[in-house]
Order: sequence, then C-alpha cells, then structure tokens
Amino acid sequence: MSENKTFIQSICTIQNSEIILDGETIFKMEPTSFSDFSKKAYQDFEVNYPKFFKMDSLSKLAFLGAELLLKNEIDDLKENNIALIFSNNSSSLDTDIKYQKSISDAENYFPSPAVFVYTLPNICLGEISIRHQLKSENSFFIFEDFNPAFMMKYASVLIDSKKADKVLCGWVEYLDEKYKVFLYLVGREGIIEHKIETLITEFNKQLWKH
Amino acid sequence: MEALKQELKEKIIDVLNLEDINLEDIKDNDPLFGDGLGLDSIDALELIVMLDKDYGIKLVDPKEGKTIFQSIETMAAYIKENRAK
Repeated sequence: MSENKTFIQSICTIQNSEIILDGETIFKMEPTSFSDFSKKAYQDFEVNYPKFFKMDSLSKLAFLGAELLLKNEIDDLKENNIALIFSNNSSSLDTDIKYQKSISDAENYFPSPAVFVYTLPNICLGEISIRHQLKSENSFFIFEDFNPAFMMKYASVLIDSKKADKVLCGWVEYLDEKYKVFLYLVGREGIIEHKIETLITEFNKQLWKH
Repeated sequence: MEALKQELKEKIIDVLNLEDINLEDIKDNDPLFGDGLGLDSIDALELIVMLDKDYGIKLVDPKEGKTIFQSIETMAAYIKENRAK
C-alpha cells in the first residue's frame, strides 16, 4: 500500500479524567465534569492560550491532544507541514444540541454566535491549525467506529505523495460528558510501525483498559 | 452607574468565558477590543446578543457596536440611555 514504511511516533489518549502519553499517565483526576477536568489539565500543562476557554468540548479535547503531541514538533522558524486527519462518531452533536436549545423557544430566542461557530466538527482542526500556524491539509471524518484501515491509508498516502511530512490523526469523540481521544503522530521515522493491526491494538489497549 | 459598570464586567467575563481575567483587570476606560481585552468579532456578536437578552436593546446596525463597545464606560452609558428592561 505504502511506498515506504511509516511509523507511529507518539500516541495520546484522553478518557475518564486521565491523559496518557506514550503509555504513561501524565495527568489524572478523580472523576469530575469535563469542564473541570479540561481546565485543570490546561493549567497543569501551563498552556498560555486564553482562547482555549472559548472552545467547545470537542475542540478542547482535540486541542489538548494536539498540544501534547506537537509540542516538540513545531519549529517556529519554518513552515510545519503536519496534516491533520481526525474522525469521530458524534460529529459536533453535543454543541449542535446546545445551540438548538438556544433557538427552540420562540419566546426566549437568543442564538449564541460563540456556540454556533462550533457546530461543525472540523472547527477543532482550525483551532489546532491556528494555534500551531499549520497551513497543511486537514479533514474530519464521521465513522460509526474508529476506522484504522481508512486512517492508515489516508495518512500514508499524504506522506508518500509528499503532501505532508507528518500526519496527526486519530479519534476525538465527545457527547454529553462522555469522551474518548486516541490521537497519534505518523512520520517517516520511529519504532512502532504504522500498520492497521498496530492501530487496532493501541486503540483497544489505551481506551478500554478501565 | 457604578453598579451597572460592575455588572457589565461580571457579565462580560461570564458570557465571553474570560477565565484568566479578573474584575479588577477591566478598567472602565480600557478598550475592549484590540489591545485591551483582545476581544474578537465573535465576541462582538455575543455582546450584541447580551444587550438584547439582558437589557432589551436591539442593535439594528451592528456597526453601531464599534462605538458602543469601545469600553465599559461607553457600554454603560449606552445601556443607561436605551435599556428596555
């Protein structure tokens, strides 16, 4: 499928008030609301980006994962060609419902512009691109479940065709306080070979161990 | 007027999710946009909704916002003059 081998360079998972980076728990809280968890994680990682607090939950999740996976990848002195290929099951439904509630009562009709701008899932890719000044390819796909075959092929094609030097890809799901993140960085070098079987193993290992 | 200005500061922090900003950080004459609080165009739209929802003021021309939202002082003066609730 791929002309040359590609490798998974780093993996970040976020679920149940816990953030794991490359197999190591780097942040964990007792079960709490997502709002509380994401705020504490933001503070713990000493991120200075006030716009974080304006984001919806899906974008906060994607932002935190990208922050951890890209912190050593971004060179401010050059253009970083890191593509973003994300997927999930619920699209931006959580925010869509929130927005719908604000316009469902004709007597109390106050649609929020700040909520409306997040009623598309790929907005989270824009947030990451703005944060890291990426002008690379990005796409957000909606699947029933994590689709390793599709994701692997897409990322490999981007690298093989030199459309991207690296690809940050994976699964970012949020609906009604339930969330799962499985993001990974793919590149030409590394130890873990970028294969469908590996993605399945890593996805299952990280997300369902609780 | 002082109570209204205080109320506006609290509402702005809450409505615009300015988590890192305290009440005392917002001076009455500080610019809200640009170099001041660094609000953006979506924040401006959110402030227009807030005027409608909380004070019964409907801005027909969004360009009016540029003058009204210069600072807490200008916002409070406009609300005092035009509020319907």
